[in-house]
This record gives sequence, structure tokens and C-alpha cells, in this order.
Amino acid sequence: MVLKAFFPTCCASADSGLLVGRWVPEQSSAVVLAVVHFPFIPIQVKELLAQVQQASQVGVTVLGTWCHRRQEPEESLGHFLEGLGAIFSHKPWFQLCRERGSKSWSCKATHWQGPTSHAASGEDQVMLIFYDQRKVLLSQLHPPAVLPDRQAGDTTASAGGLAAVFDTVARSEALFQSDRFDEGPVRLSHWQSEGVEASILVELAKWAAGPVCLLLACLLSLVSAASACRVFKLWPLSFIWSKLSTCEQLRHRLEQLTLIFSTRKAKNPAQLMRKANMLVSVLLDVALGLMLLSWLHRKDLIGQLADALIPVADHVAKELQHLLQWLMGAPAGLKMNRALDQVLGRFFLYHIHLWISYIHLMSPFIERILWHVGLSACLGLTVALSILSDIIALLTFHIYCFYVYGARLYCLKIHGLSSLWRLFRGKKWNVLRQRVDSCSYDLDQLFIGTLLFTILVFLLPTTALYYLVFTLLRLLVVTVQGLIHLLVDLINSLPLYSLGLRLCRPYRLAAGVKFRVLEHETGRPLRLLMQINPLPYSRVVHTYRLPTCGCHPKHSWGSLCRKLFFGELIYPWRQRGDKQD
Amino acid sequence: MEDEQSFSDIYGGRLALQRRCYSPSCLEFCLSCPRITLRSLTAVTCTVWLAAYGLFTLCENSMILSAAIFITLLGLLGYLHFVKIDHETLLIIDSLGIQMTSSYASGKESTTFIEMGEVKDVVINEAIYMQKVIYYLCILLKDPVEPHGISQVVPLFQ
Repeated sequence: MVLKAFFPTCCASADSGLLVGRWVPEQSSAVVLAVVHFPFIPIQVKELLAQVQQASQVGVTVLGTWCHRRQEPEESLGHFLEGLGAIFSHKPWFQLCRERGSKSWSCKATHWQGPTSHAASGEDQVMLIFYDQRKVLLSQLHPPAVLPDRQAGDTTASAGGLAAVFDTVARSEALFQSDRFDEGPVRLSHWQSEGVEASILVELAKWAAGPVCLLLACLLSLVSAASACRVFKLWPLSFIWSKLSTCEQLRHRLEQLTLIFSTRKAKNPAQLMRKANMLVSVLLDVALGLMLLSWLHRKDLIGQLADALIPVADHVAKELQHLLQWLMGAPAGLKMNRALDQVLGRFFLYHIHLWISYIHLMSPFIERILWHVGLSACLGLTVALSILSDIIALLTFHIYCFYVYGARLYCLKIHGLSSLWRLFRGKKWNVLRQRVDSCSYDLDQLFIGTLLFTILVFLLPTTALYYLVFTLLRLLVVTVQGLIHLLVDLINSLPLYSLGLRLCRPYRLAAGVKFRVLEHETGRPLRLLMQINPLPYSRVVHTYRLPTCGCHPKHSWGSLCRKLFFGELIYPWRQRGDKQD
Repeated sequence: MEDEQSFSDIYGGRLALQRRCYSPSCLEFCLSCPRITLRSLTAVTCTVWLAAYGLFTLCENSMILSAAIFITLLGLLGYLHFVKIDHETLLIIDSLGIQMTSSYASGKESTTFIEMGEVKDVVINEAIYMQKVIYYLCILLKDPVEPHGISQVVPLFQ
């Protein structure tokens, strides 16, 4: 197998010294982490490596020598470097060398047989792979297929070749603490030599995060304790809370905030990303809500809205009355049963009259209520949108009632028709066996059954038409509410922090690596540059999506049509945990 | 060492295959696809603009013409950036893996690297397309659960 040496690009301009890193025998590859410069005492180097090994569980050893021929050709240095091979024994022993001023490198890997035989041992082909140490340190590999039965903490040296390289660099933080500019006994060169990075703001924020988190966690626990108290579990209140989507949204946000400000540290990078995503999502939500609030107040839209609300409700009610008058006549040329038509029409007209009276009763309080509702936008745009959806549901409550009446009537009729149709043919539904069986009826049973069947059949068009009209209206309202919920879900679940990270620091989220062949001369070892292949945006969204309330329609189109045909009630936006119909 | 040969694809366009050998352990194959021709570009643009002009004479709204220009521009940019492949490269590195790079006409490059440990086999597969049988090269990957290929990767587009 060809030997591979992973060499950090930051050490390419370092002075001569020893190569320190990890040897992975399964892939025949050596990962170089740092270069130790002259002068050094071998005992101290060995001590440092033992310390690092204990701290990070990475098998760091001396891998070979590095020679950067900048000044006069040193024959003595060459022999000295070969002599070092005897002190630090490692199989195979790498000797990397770079010519002065040119880009040509040479690399030899020898298997040291013993102090007596020099350079007669086998030499293998070596491939040099350059990598950017800082980027590999910070990045996180996302494997393409993660099996459900494999735990996350499973990746050790048994992982695939490149994951082992990433793993090694990431866990060797202890080696990167001291630098060649420090005063310690051993002088190392690695990525920190180019300038130790730190930011005052980040350090201050980390310092302040502890007490702030504690304070906010206490406040949030108080709020959740208050909301979980027994008063809210009594029947009318708990029923209303479960129906309003605003309460769901508030509860969701409270859970998220509790998770963000909890004092437990995140166990793995995925949890950290999730916390960061939630925080950014909450902040964006609040910012959008405040923008909405300022826009509403600037144009005094709340007053205008309150003034316009009553006329709009009146207008809707008048349109519904016209619709019912039309249905009571001869709608679209169809001939209705006069008596049933009048009964149903008057029933629904009375309901509309009641509704208009309620609206007029509420009209003095509308502006106050709307103003307070507008204030709730400071809690976030999603809360404002949920309140809007709830207001629409409340204002179109009469349409919902009409739909339920029409659907129940239609459903009863359909069931009656189907069972009488079976009687007409001489069959019966066997409840025990759950199937249709033949049955012999008496003559008077057959007579009454057929009579009822004919009555129901002739009354069918009228009921069906009312059902159709009110179902369409209800579906319209449901579609509008559904669009609002979709928008709320989008704001809730979009992982903005991950997307921002992918945009600004693409090496942090890695889908894999890519190689580029650098200039090659015959006789020299092959040199490749390993770069990080960032994750595509679709996979970022897919991997880091935040869980939402999960209010997705549970029916497929087929079952929806079936329910509509049989007159069963549809509840498209069922929250999780509610009883089914 | 470089080597160049010329073939034709299933639609009759001209393909060029280039082979480079960097070292005994590293080989690169580069396949260039046929370029976008002026004739096809002109044909599509004329069709779209004629349709827009037809709509304009019906509706008398000049927004349709500006919209048609925008659509043509955006469509062309999208086609060059996402659909039209300029050349594809296959880089094989001994005991590391296989890397496939696709370069689009707008300069975008998308790379996939498969480690040697995951590759089970490289095979030539047959597929029935319209009325003929075409052959394509694909890589079988090992399935972590059972020792059979789970995903087939097609390195070179037709």
C-alpha cells in the first residue's frame, strides 16, 4: 500500500525539526500535527508527548524528521537527523525535506532495521497530502448515511480513513497549547504559530453567559410553574387552551427558551447547533414582531382596523344572507323541495341574525382588544400570526357551525340511504361479522323501508346542495388558516444559524473532502491538497431542522375525498395528542 | 503523460476524453461535453419572445414583454449554472479513493469523493433508454449493514 503523509500547510515554512503526530496503521497513513524545533532535549519531548497522550487519548508519537534547507547545505544536519532515528524509534521513519526556494519536496519512509544497517531497509512510496489544520480542527464531518442503530459516540480509529484524520486533529487540542514563541522547554510549530486567535467580545460573552443563564432559567421555571398550576386544568379553560393555536405557539416557545437557557452544557455538536438555531430563531422572531408593531403604530393601523372590522363583519353576514336567499329560490336552475328548503334556509338565517347581534354587542370593546393583541407582537411574529389565525377562526365561527349542521344532516341522510338501499335489495349489515349478509324481511318492513327510501332519495338534492355550499366556504377558511400555519412553521423550524454558518464559514459543516493535484515532477513524491467540501444547503436544512408542533394534515387526498363524500367532519389542523373524530 | 481521444454521445454530440497519468498511483480522466450551440439558443429565445408577443397583442399589456425578457435571462442563467455541464473529471488515487468533479458552464464545480474503503466494485451497467440500450459506468458502494452494494453511483453523465 502507498504510504500517505498528511502534512499541515502551516508547517511548510517552519524550520527544521522533528515531526510529531499520529500513525494510523490500518490506512498506512501518518497525520503530522506539529514540528518540534531545535534545540530540544529528547527526554522532555517524550514527557510532553506522554502528557498530551494522557490528556487527549490520541497516540501522539515522533514520526520522523523535517528538514527545510534554507541556508547553506548542511551535511552535518543530514547525519544528525539520521541519528535521531535511533533515539526515537518508529516504524516507518519519515524523512521530509524541502529544497530552498523551490517547490520541490522529497520524502523518504524507511523501516529501520537496526543501528548497524543504514538505508538498506525497504523504502516505500509516499504520497504527501497537505491540509489546512485550523479548518480541519474546526470542521465537523457529516456522513452521507447515518444508520439508526449506530450511536453517535462510536467513532474511534475504526472509522473510515478520513474521519480518523479529522478525529485526530480535533482531539489534539492539548498539543496546540504551547507554541514556538513560548518559553517552555519544547518549541512547537503548528497552526497557532501564525497568530493565536482570540476575541475579547467572545471571551466576555462566555464569562457573562453563566450568571445570565442561571437568572433566566429561574425566571422561566417560575413562568412554567405558573402556567402548569391547577386553575388552568379545569374543563372550560383547558378545552379553550387546546383549541387556540396561540397557546400552542407560546408553549412551544417557552419550551425552546427553557432548553436554550438551561445550565447543562451541550453534550455533542448537534445539540449545540440546535441550541444556537433556536436562539437565532427566537431573536429573529422577536425582531420581526417589533418591526410589525412599529409599523402598525406608525400608521395607526390598529384604529383603522378596529373601525373597519364591524362593517366587514356586517358585509360578510349580508353576503351570506343573499346566498341563502338564492339557495331558497331556484339556485342554478335546480329544482329544490320547497318545504325543506324553506326550513333549512330560515334556520340558517336566524343564526346569521344572532351572529350579527353578537358582533354589534362587542363593538365598543374591539379597539381595546385589538390594541392589546397588537402588543403581543413583541413576543414574536409567530405569536402575532397565531393570534391572527385564531381571530379568523373566531370571526368565521358561524360558517363553521353551518358546516357542521349541513355535514351532520348529510351524513345522517347518506347512512340512512345506504342502509335502506340494502333493505331494498334484501340484504343487511351484519355487525358481528362486519359484512353484508342476506336477510329475509317481512312485507310490512319492506313496504315502510321502500317508502322511506324514496323520501330520502327525493330530498337528497336539497341537502346535498346546502352541504356543498357550506363545505366550500369552510374549506376556504381552512385554506387561509393553513397558509398562516405554514408560515409560522417555517419561521419556527428554519435553522438560520446553520445556514449562516454555511454561508460565512463553509468549512465548519463538511460533507466530505476534495483533492487537488499540485505541481508534479517525475521522481518526486506525489503532492495533493486536501480541501473541505462543504455541505449543500438542502442537506443543511434537512439535518438541522428544528422540530415544530407537528400540525401537518394527517389525511391523504384520497381519504379526504372519501370523508367529504360521506359527510364525515374533517378537522385538518389537529394538534398532537387530541382525540380523533 | 497525456492522451486524448474523441467519441460521440447518445445524442450525437461530440465528446472528448483526456487521460493524464500523474504518477503510478494517480490517474485522471477528463471528459468534455458538447457546448451549447448558437442555433439552439436562438431557437429557444425566438420561441419565448414570439409567444410573449402573441400574448401582448391579446392583452395590450407591456409588462408581458418585460416579463418575457426577465424570464429568458433568468432561464438562461439557471440553465448554465445548474444544468449544462462543461466537463467532468475523474481522479483516481491509489488507496485513498475516487473523486468525481462536474464543472458547469457558469464555472460552478461540484465534487464528490468516495473513499477506497467504501468502494465495492466498478462495473459497466446497461440501461434501456427510449429504443436503445446504453451502457454506463458506475461504482458499487458497500452497504454497512450487509456486504452488498447499496447505492450505485454514476460517474459520467450521458
